[in-house]
Amino acid sequence: MSDYILYPGCSMETGARAYYDSLKAISKPIGLNLKEIDDWNCCGATEYFGISKTPAYALIARNLALASEQSNGTRSVVAPCSACYLNLAKADYYMREQPKFGRSINEALAAGKLSYTPGSLEIHHLLDVIIYDIGLDVVEKNVVRPLKGLRVVPYLGCMVPRPDYDHRWSDHEFPVELDMLLKTLGAEVVDYPLKTECCGGHMTQISPPTAFEMIRRLIALADEREADVMTTVCPMCQLNIDGYQGEMNHFFGTNYHMPILFFTQLMGLAFGIEPKELGFGLELVSARNVLDAIGVQAPPETPPAPPKRPRKQEGLPMPSPLIKPQVEALKKVVTK
Amino acid sequence: MTANLIENTSPADGRERIGVYVCHCGTNIAGVVDVVQVADWAAKQLKHRGVVIAREYKFMCSSLGQELIEKDIKELGLNRVIVAACSPHLHEKTFRTACANAGLNPFLCEMVSIREQVSWVHTDKAAATAKAKAMISGGVERVRHQVPLEPMTVPIDPTTLVVGGGIAGIQSALEIADAGFHVYLVEREPSIGGHMAQFDKTFPTLDCSACILTPKMFSVGSHPNITLLTWSEVEKVEGYVGNFTVTIRKKARKIDEELCTGCGICQEKCPKKVIDNVYEAGLGYRKAVYTPFPQAIPNRPVVDVDNCTYYEKGTCKACEIFCPTKAIVFDQQDKILNVKVGNIILATGYELFDARRMPNYGYGRLPNVFTSLEIERLTNAAGPTNGNIVLRDGKTTPKAVGIIHCVGSRDKNFNNYCSVICCMQSLKFAHIIHERTGATIYNFYIDIRAAFKDYDEFYQRVLEEGTLFVRGKVAEVSDVPRTESEKGKLIIQVEDTLVGKQRRIPVDMVVLSAGLEPRKDTREVAKTFGISCSVNGWFIEKHPKLDPIATMTEGIFIAGCAQGPKDIPASVAQGAAAAARVLSRIEQKQMALEPVRASVIEEKCSGCRICNGLCPFNAITFHEDRMVTEINPALCQGCGTCVAACPAGAITGTGFSNDQIMAQIEGLLMLNVDQEPVAA
Repeated sequence: MSDYILYPGCSMETGARAYYDSLKAISKPIGLNLKEIDDWNCCGATEYFGISKTPAYALIARNLALASEQSNGTRSVVAPCSACYLNLAKADYYMREQPKFGRSINEALAAGKLSYTPGSLEIHHLLDVIIYDIGLDVVEKNVVRPLKGLRVVPYLGCMVPRPDYDHRWSDHEFPVELDMLLKTLGAEVVDYPLKTECCGGHMTQISPPTAFEMIRRLIALADEREADVMTTVCPMCQLNIDGYQGEMNHFFGTNYHMPILFFTQLMGLAFGIEPKELGFGLELVSARNVLDAIGVQAPPETPPAPPKRPRKQEGLPMPSPLIKPQVEALKKVVTK
Repeated sequence: MTANLIENTSPADGRERIGVYVCHCGTNIAGVVDVVQVADWAAKQLKHRGVVIAREYKFMCSSLGQELIEKDIKELGLNRVIVAACSPHLHEKTFRTACANAGLNPFLCEMVSIREQVSWVHTDKAAATAKAKAMISGGVERVRHQVPLEPMTVPIDPTTLVVGGGIAGIQSALEIADAGFHVYLVEREPSIGGHMAQFDKTFPTLDCSACILTPKMFSVGSHPNITLLTWSEVEKVEGYVGNFTVTIRKKARKIDEELCTGCGICQEKCPKKVIDNVYEAGLGYRKAVYTPFPQAIPNRPVVDVDNCTYYEKGTCKACEIFCPTKAIVFDQQDKILNVKVGNIILATGYELFDARRMPNYGYGRLPNVFTSLEIERLTNAAGPTNGNIVLRDGKTTPKAVGIIHCVGSRDKNFNNYCSVICCMQSLKFAHIIHERTGATIYNFYIDIRAAFKDYDEFYQRVLEEGTLFVRGKVAEVSDVPRTESEKGKLIIQVEDTLVGKQRRIPVDMVVLSAGLEPRKDTREVAKTFGISCSVNGWFIEKHPKLDPIATMTEGIFIAGCAQGPKDIPASVAQGAAAAARVLSRIEQKQMALEPVRASVIEEKCSGCRICNGLCPFNAITFHEDRMVTEINPALCQGCGTCVAACPAGAITGTGFSNDQIMAQIEGLLMLNVDQEPVAA
């Protein structure tokens, strides 16, 4: 049993319930003992750091301080969410590299009678722990239902392998960890050069056309390379590709159907765990085809929510080659 | 040197007559250190330590300054000299020669570095002056214990070993052989020629590479003074300058070189095709018995034991059956040769940066991404496509080609250094590909470095030809289209830093101008020859500006890319320069070695062997029978590492004995002088 302090982050309890459920389901068979930080708070996501530096880092460092207080001999903090992982790692790194900054953060933490010694904890992403601490051999031993014939896209998103302060990943642009894991699960890994491209992040809120184009690129390539499903390690990526796929289709007049699952859900499937326990059915773009492909009984379908009206175009337009008027113009050229 | 003087100069007998000379070095020293005060102080305060005279002078190293010392030695009967000036690296030889001219043993002259260690590193004048005094005091105490030394002379064997048969090694070997001395040229591959033999054209003149190289290769092959050992590697080097014994493994060619006529029938008949990863850079094929290229020197094939059907299955022997002179010898064994040489030139060359290490550029993943060496073969008329520039499918001519500079060079993640040749090589590719295919050529560069004769003119010529230059480091080469026009193309994503804009440029072919890297086994080679490598792995020269050919180990010289990335003219120049250095050594017939050496006092040596692994020059041997360590005085360079490491104090160095060091420390602490307050 390997002991880890778990920092779940907000999305694991809300939008990425499937991630949390499937993580809980697979942690036992692979011997991953997770202890959640008591009284943790938001990591600050991506926005807060742009607004005010010290409070933002104090906010995230509070979790590190709590973790080291509750560590009980464990040194490793594991974050399943990419943004949480990056923020924790970033806070630790900046406090370590800039002692003056570290002191100012600790001054802020002192208000809550907390303190954190930079470098005293190791911060890992869940995938990193599974590949390098638990090991693929342990994963392989648990595979009872190989994902044979399932074409899976390994999509990591931008935040996990970069900037990689502690050199944990095989490469910053083309890391192969997720590919290796999927191969171990028996899946057919799709060659997917966009594996570390951005999913659009919060652009869905600021400039939907920009976000739609970014989502479109990812889905279009997966579709072109005949993938059955995409898999990711990040709640944000999952949200954008799953939750905004309908709006994106509407915006471009396309008809993509590309389910996206968390890698832990696929692990659970391969381990023979019931789909319901793994949070199947919570996704908006149905992944029934995945279950069908490997011959698993799908849980009863919930009736689909009525489609939302697309938002009006607003905010900063990005000169994207494929926003709607240009698509139309392009179509004309092509049909000519 | 008179017997009288030697008698007078036994260590610190109170009869020392020391002269102290403080140099202004213009304002280099005098600007920070009060040299007049220092000289006055030395004359007065160090009088009881044997200082007879202390002078300051504007430039001690000038002939007038040297005459000053010589005159004092003769007139005042000085038997020790202290020159407080620059670092001994610079002028120790100058002042030692001056002393020798005046009849004083040159090793009784000691330099105190008050420029590099005082005036250049301090701004507080009072503190700097006090430090200069302390250092001179240390020097005086040290020189009192110095003994006259005689340099060792060693004979120089006139035979030379050149390692590496690329253009640098070829040049070295020919220069020495033409001067009438024997050379062993050792090459790892079956033929000499090196990387230059793979190239099509050379920049900036666009000479055919083979046309200018093969005459030189032929001269090497037929030269009576050159013993050419290809398909061979140096295994061991013993001895010291003038007297090296080198063990060379001559790998079994499986061919009797005497009987073979180089007719080529064996290659024709061999049924086994093998991808040629060396000469053809993986783009072409060769047979399992092969000469790398038609002009190979020597024109004798090699049987590739790893791929030959006979060694795999025990049958075939097609080459043996068809060989008209019965020259194939399947059971031939490696031969070990021992040769004696006086000097060694290392010209072991470079390796191309492995572009797979940058997966974002797609080499190895995207078929139409090529490395520079592959393009050299592709453009070469003798190459796998007979000079047709085509995509990896073997037939499509590219319409747009992107050439990416600085792949693996000037990149914090890989190599910080500039690989020197890539800019010019990329311009050459731009010219050749445009000329032969009419394709649109893009060059993606960080800076264009077209220094040296006629290089910039070539750049301007390529500009005029319509090659497009985009300044910016390419982010990625992608096969994922975003628009219809990008479909089926390789898209180069780059920030055009001159416009401040992201660009996506679709092309058919991408050329990665990969940087130069030291060979993988450079560190082992350096260890074999007793020299060292820089952080980046290139061989370290004795002095980066004034002695780029020699190494810190006497008798070992370096030339060509093994010392650092460089182009053909620079490699040739270095090869010739190394040969000139060796020839001057040979002509002198013997060589005086610096007498500053470490030696072991056998009675004190406990045989702990701590020093054994520390010597950077392989000068230490351990005698198992007597359980003592011995230092070879000819190999020892007097670095002092072993002296400091010996826990029993059994190793002592001439010129840096324990007595001297302790006395110097006492002097530095001014224990023998009236204490003066030193500014904080």
